[in-house]
Parts: sequence; C-alpha cells; structure tokens
Amino acid sequence: MSEQQKTYQREQVVEIINSVVSKIESVGGDATATGIFKELKTLQRIIEEARNEIGLTRPGDIKDKHIPTATDELDAVVEATAEATGTIMDCCDVIQEKADAVGGEEGAAIGGEIIKIYEACSFQDITGQRITKVVTTLKAIEDKVSQLVQVLGDNLPLKDHGEEDENAGKTVEEMLLNGPQMPDKAITQEDIDKLLEDF
Amino acid sequence: MAVDKNMNVLIVDDYNTMLRIIGNLLKQLGFNNVDEATDGQAAFEKVKNKQYGLIISDWNMEPMTGLDLLKAIRGSDAPYKNTPFIMVTAESKTENVVMAKQAGVNNYIVKPFNAETLKTKIEAVLGSFN
Repeated sequence: MSEQQKTYQREQVVEIINSVVSKIESVGGDATATGIFKELKTLQRIIEEARNEIGLTRPGDIKDKHIPTATDELDAVVEATAEATGTIMDCCDVIQEKADAVGGEEGAAIGGEIIKIYEACSFQDITGQRITKVVTTLKAIEDKVSQLVQVLGDNLPLKDHGEEDENAGKTVEEMLLNGPQMPDKAITQEDIDKLLEDF
Repeated sequence: MAVDKNMNVLIVDDYNTMLRIIGNLLKQLGFNNVDEATDGQAAFEKVKNKQYGLIISDWNMEPMTGLDLLKAIRGSDAPYKNTPFIMVTAESKTENVVMAKQAGVNNYIVKPFNAETLKTKIEAVLGSFN
C-alpha cells in the first residue's frame, strides 16, 4: 500500500466516522437507520481492507524471522571483527618484541608503525557501538510489530497466505547466493573437502 | 611539573580492544603500572582499594557508566575524590562534554583518537612528560 493510499484511506475513515456521528446526533431529523447502517458497512469494508493489507506484509515474519536474522548477522559482525582485531594486536605485540630486540633507529621506526596499527584497531570499538545502535533500533521495530500483531490478533489473515516463497523470481544461481553463513549453520572446510573427495 | 610515570593508572572500557589499545599506548608513553576495569562499578571498587594518579574511562558502559563513575568519585569525601579523570568516548555531542565537565572531568577525548592526542591530553591534565 503506498503512502498516498494510506493517507487517503485514513482521511476517508475520519470522514465516514464524522458522518456517522453527525447522523446519530441528528436522529429525529432526516437521518435514518439505513443511512447509518450504510456508513458503518463502508467503514467496516475499509477497516477490513486495511487489515488485509497489513496481513499481506506478514508482520509475524518480520518479528519472528527477518529481524532476529538481521540482529544475529550484526552480532556475528561484531564478534568476527573483535576476534580479528585481537589477532592483529597479538601480532603487533610479537612484532614489538622483535622491534625492541632490534633496537636503534630501525626498532623505533617499527615501533612507530605498530602504534599506528593499534590506533587503527579502535575501529572495532566504534563499529561495535554503531552496530549496537542499529540492533537497538531493530529491536524497537520488532516490539512495534509485535504490538501490531497483538492488536490485530486472530483477525490478521496470516494463515490464508501460506509460507512466503523467498526465492520467488530468482534464478537457480541467484538462489545459491546467500552470503556468509552463521557459524552454527555453515559447513566447515573439512566438510567441504570430504564432500569434494566423494565426487 | 613533570609526569610521574610510575604512578598507577586505571583504564576503564567495556571493549577489550580499547583496553589493549589504551594500555599499549600508555606503555609506549612510559607508563608501566596500568590496571584495567570493564565497567564503572568494577573501576570504583579498584579506586576504593588502590591509589591512582590517573583514570582514563569510557562513558558508555553497563551497569555503571563512566559518567556515574566520575560522579561517584567526585561526590565522595575520600582521598580519591580529586583523582585526575579523562573521559575517552565516542559520545561527541556538546551536551555530553558539558555534562562531563560539570561532573568534574579533567579532559575529554573523542574516539577514535591517536597516541599524540592521548599524550597531549595527559600532559594537559598531569603536566609535561619531559
């Protein structure tokens, strides 16, 4: 549903509610029970359409699948960069020891470069904090979607749409491109080697 | 006044990477007595039990932030009340700096920073390295 359609429907709903209220208030004048009924039916239809539109967006999937997957991926990024940064700094420590053993101008020059590597490693802290902010935002969206699902409850036509086909419209090759896998889902190099040996 | 490089320095950050970076930079600057803590509460316990000549702390930590640590130190009547305190943080809004200053911070470094910045700020707080 486009933003323009949403705005139009919202205004339409308000207009109909106002019309109903005004007719109820003026009962005894030219308003009839049939008129009020017609207005209510229109209102019901619009609400039903809006509910169907929301149902088609599969808010349950957003809450249960898409957002948890996104936050897991981001957590994995933080973990991987932290591990890599640790390895880089371990190497720097070893190089620094060697530089101290070399001493003199050469040793000092190597030490100076090591400091620069250390400084650059602070990217991990900054990116980690930025990713944490994104995860917090995603969790806030997840909460809002949960509230929406709760409000609409059983009236949400989720069951009628079956499983969403994520691969719809993709070629076989495109379906194979899923990016890096989470450690618990990925197969190891040993698994791959074994698989290749079996061919 | 020259900096006493034998003083105890406490660095506080919830990221192990940052503890290593700051610790290493301090080592390069000649400081050898460096302790670490991963949040404000753990740092405060150390401050209560050991005399530090300088505290270098991150802001955004749980459960106790660097600002809360600073307030706890400045708000006490203990000998550590006036321990020099440098905030090293990614929080770079004006209001953050103002709040930290009002709480009694001696200097403020925004991440990411380099060794020269750290040295300059330590000198500004403690005196010349020479």
